[in-house]
Amino acid sequence: MSNRLINILVPAVSVVLGLLVGALIMLFTGYDPIEGYAALWNGIFGDIYAIGETIRQITPYILAGLAVAFAFRTGLFNIGVEGQLIVGWFAAAWVGVAFTDLPAFIHLPLAVLAAAVAGAFWGFIPGLLKAKLKVHEVIVTIMMNYIALFVTNALIRYVSDGGDNTGRIAESASLGSPFLQGLTDFSRLHYGILIALAMVFVMWFILEKTKTGFELKAVGFNQNASEYAGMNVSRNIILSMVIAGAFAGLAGAMEALGTFQYANVKGGFTGIGFDGIAVALLGANTPLGVVFGATLFGALQYGSLNMPNEAGVPVEIVSIVIAIIIFFVASGYVLRLFLEKISSKKEAK
Amino acid sequence: MEYVIEMLNIRKEFGNFVANDNITLQLKKGEIHALLGENGAGKSTLMNVLFGLYQPEAGEIRVKGQKVDIANPNIANDLGIGMVHQHFMLVENFTVTENIILGNELTKGGVIDKKVAAKKITELSEMYGLDVDPTAKIEDISVGMQQRVEILKTLYRGAEILIFDEPTASLTPQEIEDLIGIMKRLIAEGKSIILITHKLKEIMEVSDRVTVIRKGQGIGTVTTAETNPNELASLMVGRQVEFKTVKKDATPGEDALVIKDLVVQDYRGIDKVKNLSLTVRKGEILGLAGIDGNGQSELIEAITGLRKTKSGTVFINGNEITNLKPRKVTESGIGHIPEDRHKHGLVLDFPIGHNIALQTYYKEPIAKNGIMNYSKVSELAKKIIADYDVRTTGEDALARSLSGGNQQKAIIGREVYRDPDLLIAALPTRGLDVGAIEFIHQRLIEQRDNGKAVLLLSYELDEVMNVSDRIAVMYDGYIIDTLDPKKTTEQELGLLMAGQAKQRRSKQGETAHVE
Amino acid sequence: MSKRKYGLGLSVMLAAGTLLAACGSDEETQETNGNSGEGSEPTEETADFSVAMVTDVGGVDDKSFNQSAWEGIQKFGEDNGLAQGDGGYDYLQSASDADYVTNLNNLVRRDFDVVFGIGFLMEAAVNDIAQQQPDAQLAIIDAVVDQPNVASVLFKEQEGAFLAGVAAALMSESKQIGFVGGMEIPVIERFEVGFLAGVEAVDPSIEVDVQYTGAFDKAELGKTTANRMYSEGVDIIFHAAGGTGNGVFAEAKERKTKDPDANVWVIGVDSDQYEEGAVGDTNVTLTSMLKRVDEAVYRISEAAMNGEFPGGQSTVYGLAEEGVGLADSRGAIPDDIMAQIEEFKQQIVDGEITVPETRE
Repeated sequence: MSNRLINILVPAVSVVLGLLVGALIMLFTGYDPIEGYAALWNGIFGDIYAIGETIRQITPYILAGLAVAFAFRTGLFNIGVEGQLIVGWFAAAWVGVAFTDLPAFIHLPLAVLAAAVAGAFWGFIPGLLKAKLKVHEVIVTIMMNYIALFVTNALIRYVSDGGDNTGRIAESASLGSPFLQGLTDFSRLHYGILIALAMVFVMWFILEKTKTGFELKAVGFNQNASEYAGMNVSRNIILSMVIAGAFAGLAGAMEALGTFQYANVKGGFTGIGFDGIAVALLGANTPLGVVFGATLFGALQYGSLNMPNEAGVPVEIVSIVIAIIIFFVASGYVLRLFLEKISSKKEAK
Repeated sequence: MEYVIEMLNIRKEFGNFVANDNITLQLKKGEIHALLGENGAGKSTLMNVLFGLYQPEAGEIRVKGQKVDIANPNIANDLGIGMVHQHFMLVENFTVTENIILGNELTKGGVIDKKVAAKKITELSEMYGLDVDPTAKIEDISVGMQQRVEILKTLYRGAEILIFDEPTASLTPQEIEDLIGIMKRLIAEGKSIILITHKLKEIMEVSDRVTVIRKGQGIGTVTTAETNPNELASLMVGRQVEFKTVKKDATPGEDALVIKDLVVQDYRGIDKVKNLSLTVRKGEILGLAGIDGNGQSELIEAITGLRKTKSGTVFINGNEITNLKPRKVTESGIGHIPEDRHKHGLVLDFPIGHNIALQTYYKEPIAKNGIMNYSKVSELAKKIIADYDVRTTGEDALARSLSGGNQQKAIIGREVYRDPDLLIAALPTRGLDVGAIEFIHQRLIEQRDNGKAVLLLSYELDEVMNVSDRIAVMYDGYIIDTLDPKKTTEQELGLLMAGQAKQRRSKQGETAHVE
Repeated sequence: MSKRKYGLGLSVMLAAGTLLAACGSDEETQETNGNSGEGSEPTEETADFSVAMVTDVGGVDDKSFNQSAWEGIQKFGEDNGLAQGDGGYDYLQSASDADYVTNLNNLVRRDFDVVFGIGFLMEAAVNDIAQQQPDAQLAIIDAVVDQPNVASVLFKEQEGAFLAGVAAALMSESKQIGFVGGMEIPVIERFEVGFLAGVEAVDPSIEVDVQYTGAFDKAELGKTTANRMYSEGVDIIFHAAGGTGNGVFAEAKERKTKDPDANVWVIGVDSDQYEEGAVGDTNVTLTSMLKRVDEAVYRISEAAMNGEFPGGQSTVYGLAEEGVGLADSRGAIPDDIMAQIEEFKQQIVDGEITVPETRE
């Protein structure tokens, strides 16, 4: 069995296995798996509206996944995507609301940039603490999430005079597109997907084509050898967190300028940042893998909304089924091992 | 003749790779039987078969004439086979007793009875002259002592046959002496020993017979008394091997590296290098001899910029490099083969090609305006892989997948290719087999012959004596003497290294007089 | 060898899974078909009207206003002989803020006559859908959406909270009262302001400890906050904190279990939370401030069914409209005090007292 075949077969078989176990669970809880999966399918691909919404859902997942994967490739565990996303969300929304008479070609890039800078700053702090004081980034980033949540809540209240919402961003800062909405029957599909895909390319380019990427990866694998080879380990750790934070901040911009068009006071985390960890791991921390992971995650998350709607499967069961599918895909490496054993045995004979 | 262990025509495959092919090893009662082979020849595989970790595809194992099926290590233990692993399997913060009884606890009503165990351990320790304190914690005792704990562990479980896997790899010369004594004592008490090694000197010194394997093939068994190191080496490598490194006399030129009054501390703030002054000239190899832990590592880290100095100066070609960043040091003309190739020398999860470019990746032609040109990386890698005989499936293979010798060749290629004025080689042959050692020594001498300076740090007396043009002996942070290897003996050197003869030799004296 | 066994096991499992799924699904399909057949069969009293709602992230069993709204819809459905599902009544839950638009859209597409968005969080989503689907009839609770096809429902929480404040001030022995809020947003501030005004109207010397936990779903935060308040001598806590408030109940019940004579009380919110406060034979629930989302939902559905959908209007439910009020205290509040509360109520209804809406 060729490697290429295994590479295709593993995710495919994993998904099928996940679907089968998910079906068993629906069966045992008294729901019709075929109807359930039909609803899932329709929720994802059913019509042009669903497809538009699915892509919209995938967009922030791609960026959140990149934010985790990029840091991971340089040996850092960025649990702070959630916080970086929230500050990016606020920054973009604020720029979108505060300036009202800028032309779109300045306003929109400015708002997007504000999100990236805010996220980058939120990544810079744990990066600095890690590089200079050896404080573990997991602890710092987790705490930064809470700081982000409550600081942005306070800021939103401040800018809205005690309200719970920044109000709608100016049209000139919106990623929304009447063209895409018209194309997809009023879905909330927006131009953010283009930014997300561009960032996939950016991550690939930085890691695979630049000197900086070479250093970042080297530092990620072995700090001692990197120092021996004359690299500035601290600088690379900080840089890695800054770039990862910028990706996460952009994920926030997707929400602020695309999906919601405002920022509101939040009672808890969005969950996108944490799902980003799973997305990155599903995608083996490679840029293209993240697109795959985000697509799977986003499509299942979005499509699953249709399961209670069309098939009457309760949300709780839906959550279990979705979790199981993702679990099977994630544990695909077990399957890979198994397939490789088979193929090596055959070759031996 | 009674054999306690017979491994007959053993074959072990991993997929389509044959690790052991038709190997026969017969161990007599009461003998030390050496198992000799290069790294990767299949020694460990064979022993793992005996220890029940692997099942052979063909061949049979007999214990005291009875055919046995060793399905797992517990069966091996029951048959009286014990293994002293190269990498000790001890729990750092447990005591000696706790480690020994681990997995084999004597209990009294569910409570571990440590007293009884400790008593038995003390008895065993005395019987074999091991001198182990059962209440000491592993983290507090020396490596040599830890190895004795491993030996005790097998004895405690009633081992009759002991397998030693590369037992001298991490020991000091004195500890090696002691170990040899212990092995002889074990034999005297009726045990039998299989000694896995690639060090010919040890084999000649302690073993009764030698079984040689090469590339998975059993080459044969010879009686130690009837052979010599040259013959064993040729059997092992498959060709004639030069032991005495052939080299011309050195023609030292100007000073390359000049160190003055250097003080370096370790991470705890304790002085490890104390007012050290040292000069290495162009066209010579200066051997830095000494027992591990006398400040050699700190000295080299300080020279190469990996560790800050406390005081003193370091010059290369007349330019001061004290406390410069590693890259500045590298660019000032220093090549560094680091003592721990996995920690400092290589990014193991990078392809070997990337590793070969690790010191030059940031410069043209590889990087231009911040963009990498990976085809230039491959070009460089291919050249070094070919020139330095690095055995790998290609420059894209992960560094991790190469054997230690080939990893080291790649590092040496990387450092020597830049043609540095000073090459620092720290333990360049650690853990390598004779073939690779020979190759590396030749490269160092070549470098010297091209008029470059070489600083060689080694814990091996042979290596220091053979390769160096001058020997500086380091003890407790000082250079206590500088010797001419042609005019000294291993005994003198050994004593200096142990810090026991800190007196000047008479200038004309050809041999040292040790009091 | 063992690997082979593992492989075999895996394939057996796989095969079995396929078989089971195949058999099972057939039966299930039939059953479901049967069900839906029954459901769609029109019975005599069935009205030709359907209604549905989307919950916010609190979910349908939040023991608070989502649940209350759903109860209103269920009651409306039963009263009019509707069945749950298409053409009758239904709900969808939202797992995140991003789901509101999708869920609202799904329900509109399923041709429900009125679709409710429950909670101010859905303001923007309802606004968007209303524009995209001008033929749909939408309603929103706790926010105003200025679209001709949206009915907005607001509550004068401050009036209900005022009565809760009166009750607390009259009942407190320690003269120390607590308020636990969820997030510091305008809706919850109305609870706070009304409550403080009610306390002050009875006894200006009583101090009220006002705390916001910053979340509606953190029972543990509610519990620690309540623990601190009770320890400092507070004897009555009014919570307006959704799920976080369950922690307040938990703390009060814990104290009551340890010491049956402990003087700790909770005033519930939104729906009658009497059940929540039961400790054996006693109960820590003093009363609950009702916010009759169920009533509002019911009335709007009824109006729409009669062709009088209040699109483009906002309806405000206060004490006068019986949209807010206090729940039955089941004897926890003695009659004489009940009478005083009733007096205040009447004064508000008559406009003699105007309860403030925002902090000064």
